[in-house]
Amino acid sequence: MNFDLSYFIELIPLLLRYLGITMQMALLGLVFALLLAVVMAVVRVFRVPLLDWLVQLYISFFRGTPLLVQLFLLYYGLPQMFPPLVGIDAFTAAVIGLSLHFSAYMAESIRAAIIGIDRSQMEAALSIGQSPLMAMRRIILPQAARIALPSLMNQFVDMIKSTSLAFTLGVAELMARAQMEASSSFKFFESFLAVALIYWVVVVLFTRLQLRLETKLNRAYQR
Amino acid sequence: MIRIRNLVKTFNGTPVLNGIDLDIAEGEIIVVIGPSGTGKSTLLRCINLLEQPDQGVIEIDGDAVDVGHASKKDVLKLRRNTSFVFQNYALFANKTALQNIAEGLITVWNKPRREALAEARSILADIGLADKENSYPAALSGGQQQRVGIGRAMASHSKVMLFDEPTSALDPEWVDEVLQLMKRLAERKQTMVVVTHEMSFARDVADRVLFMEGGRIVEQGPPQKIFAEPDDPRTQAFLRKVLRR
Repeated sequence: MNFDLSYFIELIPLLLRYLGITMQMALLGLVFALLLAVVMAVVRVFRVPLLDWLVQLYISFFRGTPLLVQLFLLYYGLPQMFPPLVGIDAFTAAVIGLSLHFSAYMAESIRAAIIGIDRSQMEAALSIGQSPLMAMRRIILPQAARIALPSLMNQFVDMIKSTSLAFTLGVAELMARAQMEASSSFKFFESFLAVALIYWVVVVLFTRLQLRLETKLNRAYQR
Repeated sequence: MIRIRNLVKTFNGTPVLNGIDLDIAEGEIIVVIGPSGTGKSTLLRCINLLEQPDQGVIEIDGDAVDVGHASKKDVLKLRRNTSFVFQNYALFANKTALQNIAEGLITVWNKPRREALAEARSILADIGLADKENSYPAALSGGQQQRVGIGRAMASHSKVMLFDEPTSALDPEWVDEVLQLMKRLAERKQTMVVVTHEMSFARDVADRVLFMEGGRIVEQGPPQKIFAEPDDPRTQAFLRKVLRR
């Protein structure tokens, strides 16, 4: 066993330069996925005719097929059918793919949280004259956010890690860089261990953030 | 001021309201009594359309709405002319006492934030909870929560306040402070319809008492009459039971 410690240590700052791209994908993906997810959750809760059916189909597809397949379909497949998409760059395709994929999971988490809010909260909002949509925005969703937070965070963690699949589209991110280093130095173990540690530390940091956020959102419910 | 005609509600084919007719005059205090499961709460919930009636007409100040086929606009109009106090308080759990009262002023009545908060503060003072403005519902006692619930209803300056068993979920120690507040509103001639099992409140405060059974108004009249010499044997039987005479 000959672990090259100095190579390993020198590699880490080199890889960290690519963490930016990884986090850009993850955070952009999070924003778009959440927006989509909230809209879809509300459509499902209100059982909007037709749209509800479309959302169910969407969720079924994006949960029922592998993310890697979806990314390939989006980046390599769709431009063949729709020429305007030929110019799409790998980074954009990855962000779109991640957003679509994780929005399906997040929509279900948010819907479950909304359903978990006591019915009387909606009734009280309606009784003061709010419309159902306004009640959703002002009263229900803020409460649902607190309940959905742990599972949304789970999905975000999954999304951070899944950005590594973007290297298969040719995005020069963390995993791609580690792969390149490994194949030029033949130090596979050091390279992939380094990249694993970086993902791990990032996820641990976000988990800390989640705990803080939970404390903040729980403030209203303390006796 | 408010005329209700032939209000009908069924749940899965079981009739709950069998064609209710009710006129409510401005400033009138109506108390609805009767055995449980006879449609008292459903009547209230149909008046502001938290429950969708099968048919009926509700007219507020000459504006008639066919509630069997109410448009979204009609629904909003009815709800904005009424306010509701819930048995389980149903305060917005994510908002402080002050925000609970100000919410409708800001989002429904489009008052500027500062004005809305000032009004909400004066209501909080009125209901004796000025020192609780930043407390969330979870940190308030049942009695305090229900007073905020009433405060929230007061904020909408609605034509009629609907109370759905406002003291039934309260520990006995908190019942009185809620009833006292309701009495003060009654003295100010706030029109209200109260479903309650508090017979002393009905006797002392009501202008008119309705006795409901089987989805119908069986008997109604001033409390002196209803409590002293009810005509209908069903009213007599009910009162004998609850008053333990």
